[in-house]
Amino acid sequence: MFDILSRIRRTGRLSEPYPVPDTDQTASTAIQRELHAVFGRALCIRHVDAGSCNGCELEIHALSNAYYNLEGAGIRFVASPRHADVLLVTGPVSVNMEDALRQTYEAMPDPKWVLAVGDCAVCGGLFGANYATRGPISAIVPVDAVVAGCPPTPLAIMRGLLQITSKRPA
Amino acid sequence: MNPMWPDFLDTECVPLPSNVAACRVQVDAARWCEAADAMREAGADLLSLWGSDDRDRDQCLRVHAAYLLRDRVVVVEHAMPADRPIYPSLATRFPAAGRLQRATYDLLGIRADAGDMRPWLRHGGWPEGVFPLRRDVAATQTWPVTSSPYPFIPVSGDGVHEMTAGPVHAGTIEPGRFQLAVVGEKVLRLEVRLGYTHKGIAKRFEAMAQCDAHRLAAHICGDSTVAFSWAYCAALEAITASTPSPRALVLRGLALERERIANHLGDLGGLANDVGFAFGQTQFSSLKEQLLRHNAELFGQRYLFDFVVPGGVASDLPARALPGMLDEIAALERAVGDLRGIYARHEGLQDRFLGAGRLTPAQAAALGAIGLAGRASGVARDLRVDQPWSPYDQSSPALATSTEGDVAARVQVRFEETLESLRLCRQWLQALPAGERVCEVPVAPAGQLGIGLIEGWRGPVMLALETGPAGGIRRCRAHDPSWQNWPLLEVAILGNIVADFPLINKSFNLSYSGHDG
Ligand code: SF4
Repeated sequence: MFDILSRIRRTGRLSEPYPVPDTDQTASTAIQRELHAVFGRALCIRHVDAGSCNGCELEIHALSNAYYNLEGAGIRFVASPRHADVLLVTGPVSVNMEDALRQTYEAMPDPKWVLAVGDCAVCGGLFGANYATRGPISAIVPVDAVVAGCPPTPLAIMRGLLQITSKRPA
Repeated sequence: MNPMWPDFLDTECVPLPSNVAACRVQVDAARWCEAADAMREAGADLLSLWGSDDRDRDQCLRVHAAYLLRDRVVVVEHAMPADRPIYPSLATRFPAAGRLQRATYDLLGIRADAGDMRPWLRHGGWPEGVFPLRRDVAATQTWPVTSSPYPFIPVSGDGVHEMTAGPVHAGTIEPGRFQLAVVGEKVLRLEVRLGYTHKGIAKRFEAMAQCDAHRLAAHICGDSTVAFSWAYCAALEAITASTPSPRALVLRGLALERERIANHLGDLGGLANDVGFAFGQTQFSSLKEQLLRHNAELFGQRYLFDFVVPGGVASDLPARALPGMLDEIAALERAVGDLRGIYARHEGLQDRFLGAGRLTPAQAAALGAIGLAGRASGVARDLRVDQPWSPYDQSSPALATSTEGDVAARVQVRFEETLESLRLCRQWLQALPAGERVCEVPVAPAGQLGIGLIEGWRGPVMLALETGPAGGIRRCRAHDPSWQNWPLLEVAILGNIVADFPLINKSFNLSYSGHDG
C-alpha cells in the first residue's frame, strides 16, 4: 500500500488544470470549461467503430487518461445506445457494419446527434468506397458534426464535441 | 535432416527478395500436401495463406502458403485451372488455415477441399458467387447488403445457455461478435465471428502506386502502423534492391520499439482496469500519453503513421533531441520497474491474473500460436531474435517468455518486453549511425514478388507484394498475427467464468482491423 501511495504522490496531478475564471487557460482547459458549462454532467456518448483501422479508437481511449480527463468534464462513454445523447462514429462504414451502425442509431432516444470522427468517417479517407466500404458515415446516418484528422488528436475530438453543443436546442 | 523433408523443398526453391531469408516453390496438389506435412514435422508456423487471380496470365488461380521456419520463410504456391479451383485443405495440419481458407474463398472463389465452409469475410455485403478480388470485378463495384445470419455452431445440453456480445460492444473497442455458451458461470464454448471491419484493402492496394501504397499499409491496423508500413517498405526495397542507410534503419527500429512500448503500456494499464485496479490504469495511461506527446514532438506524429517511407523515414532526429530521449528512457525504466513491483505485490490483482485464461504450451504448439501470446505459452520465438534483420542484427535483443500461459504470463511478457525495448532504444541512441534520411527507390518491373516480415508488438507481420506494370501493384497480401491467435482465445477461455472474459480477451488484445483487412 505504501508503494502505491508514494507513487501517487510522486506522480502528482496530471490533469490539465480545471478551469478557473480569469486565469490563463490552455486550449485543453478552455474546452473542458465550455463542455462543462453546456452539458453539466449529462452528456453520454455511444461509440461505434464502423470499420476503422483502430487508430481513431486509440485517441478516443486517450480522452479518458489523466491528461484530458474527459470524464472529469462530465462526458461519459456509455454501454448502451439507449443511454446516449451523441453517437460518435469512426471508420469508413464497412458493409459488414452498415446494419449494426443503423440499428445503433435507431436505438438512441431523441434528441440525438452524430459526430463523425476521423477522415474515414468524414469522407471515406484512404479507403474510399468499394465493394466492402460505403465511404463517409453520412451515407448511412445523418451527421451533425465532423472531426477531420487521421487520426484526429484528443483535443480535436473535444473541439468536435463542442461543435455539437451549438446545435443543442436551448 | 528430417526424413519427412522432401527434396523439392530444397532443390526447387528459388530465392525471394525479402528482409529475411525467403524462397518460393511451385507445387502440384500432392506436393502441396507433402510440403505441409514436412513443415508441420519441422515445427514451422503457417505464416499466412492467400490466393491470387492469375487468369490473365496463365488461366490459373493460385493459392499461396507462407511457412516460417527457424531460419527462413518458404512460400509454397499451387496453381489451379480456373474452372476447378479446389486445393487440399491445410486445416488439419495448421488450425490457423481454416479461417484463412474461408476468407480466400470469399474473396477469390478458390476453395479448400474439406473443413468448415461457412463464409468468413462475406457477411452479405456482396452476393454469393461474386468474388470481389478477382480481376474482372471493377474496383468501384458495390452491392446492397442482404441480411445473412451466421450459423454459429449450436451448443445444447442441460443447463446450457447462450450469450451473444457484439459486434457493437459496451466499451470503445473494435467490432467483433462473441457467442458464448455457459453453464452457470462457466464458459463451455466460445465462438468468435470476425470480418466486421473488412475494408477491401487488398483490392485497394491494386489501384495504388508502389511508391504510395505504404500509406495504405500504415492504416491496415492502427496500433501496428510502424510494423505494417515497414513490412511494406521492406518488401518493396528488397524487390528494387535498394538499401536504406544504417541511420534510417535505426530510426525505424526506434519507431517500432516505441510502438511496442506504447501498446504494452496501454495494455498493462487496461488489464489492471479490467480487474478494478484503477491506479494501474491511471499510471500506465499517463506514461503512454507522455510517450505519445514525445512522439509528436520528435516525429510530428503521436502514432508514427507514415513515418516509415520507401527508402527510409519521413523525418530525421535532430541531435538536440537525443538527451531528452535518453532521459525519457531512464524515467520510463524507473516507472515501469516500480509499477511492476506494485503489480507483483498486489494480492487482489494477482488473484485475478494468476491462472486466468490459461493456454498451455501443448495447446499453443498444437494451435500454432505466434507472437506475444505464443511467447507467454512457451513458444519461444521472436523474429528479432531468430531472424534479425537490420538494425536488430547488431543489437541482440533478449527473448521474453513464460510457460504459464495465463493472464499473469502475458502481463509478465509485456513487462519484460517493455524493459527490453527501452534497452534497445538506449543502445541505438547512444550510437546513432550517420546516413541519409531516404535513399532512392526505383520503380520495380512488373511481376516481382517480395516479402516483408517484421516482428510487430503482437507478433510477425507479413506482407507479400507482387508488382504490376507501370509502377503499380498486382497483388498485396498483408497479414496480421491475429489470424493465428484469435483461435487461441476460444481455447484459453474454456472453464473460466464469464466475468473474466473481458480480462482474458484484453490479455491477448488481438486486432480486428488487421485481421479483417
Ligand atoms: S481516420 Fe485514419 S486513424 Fe481513423 S480510422 Fe481512418 S485511417 Fe484509421
